[in-house]
Amino acid sequence: MVDAEPWASILDIVAGVLLVGGALLSLAAAVGLVRFPDALSRLHAATKPQILGLVLVVVALALSQRSWAALLLLTPVIVLQMLTAPISAHMVGRAGYRTGDFDPSTLVVDELAADVADAGRSDLPGSSDPTDRATGRAPRSDASGEPSGEA
Amino acid sequence: MSILIIIASAILSVAAIVALWRVVRGPSIVDRVIGSDVLLTTLILVVGTEMVATGHTRTIPLMVVLAATALLGTVAVARFVTRPEATATHTAATGSASAQPDGTEKGMD
Repeated sequence: MVDAEPWASILDIVAGVLLVGGALLSLAAAVGLVRFPDALSRLHAATKPQILGLVLVVVALALSQRSWAALLLLTPVIVLQMLTAPISAHMVGRAGYRTGDFDPSTLVVDELAADVADAGRSDLPGSSDPTDRATGRAPRSDASGEPSGEA
Repeated sequence: MSILIIIASAILSVAAIVALWRVVRGPSIVDRVIGSDVLLTTLILVVGTEMVATGHTRTIPLMVVLAATALLGTVAVARFVTRPEATATHTAATGSASAQPDGTEKGMD
């Protein structure tokens, strides 16, 4: 028990540093929300504290509690967030793409536009400029015969 | 250590206020959804920070529930906003609202 006291203070300091790290990631997401121009860029910034920031804070909490019961309760937080964060990010990204809330000139490659043109969807962004995959095809008849990439 | 917790709390407060500003200000509803997502993530971090500061574990179930249900509102709004916006764009592009049957809209998903 003589050695327990310095270890406890060291673990508390480590927990505080991890808390500041998680808070800084959340602040980075907030700065990205303000500074980035469109919804998809803001989504990129917003997903940073969802996993890494939460992991840092949960590890800090486990280090400050130092009990197996707390660790057992904290594990589902990480697991559930890892399961649900990609789903919500995917849905928001799809909504952002469909509403055209981005600047197409900033994209290096837009692979979804070719599939959209293949499927004959004239109501989505990217279908106005047909790419090489769409030339020489009747889009509507092709869409029924071949499985597209977004089943 | 308490100084570190105070610093973390201040940073989290600034992040929450900025995320709330984006929710209020956001030009499109997608921006508002992303802002509310950041606000909810910041709330989870605040709950964890508060537990470290006061040394109890009573609100860990709150963290579990928030992490599990964070996607519900986001997915609901994303599903809700996609179809009317796509229909409106399609209507503006072709000039007729009845050209796109409902079957192809649902077949996308």
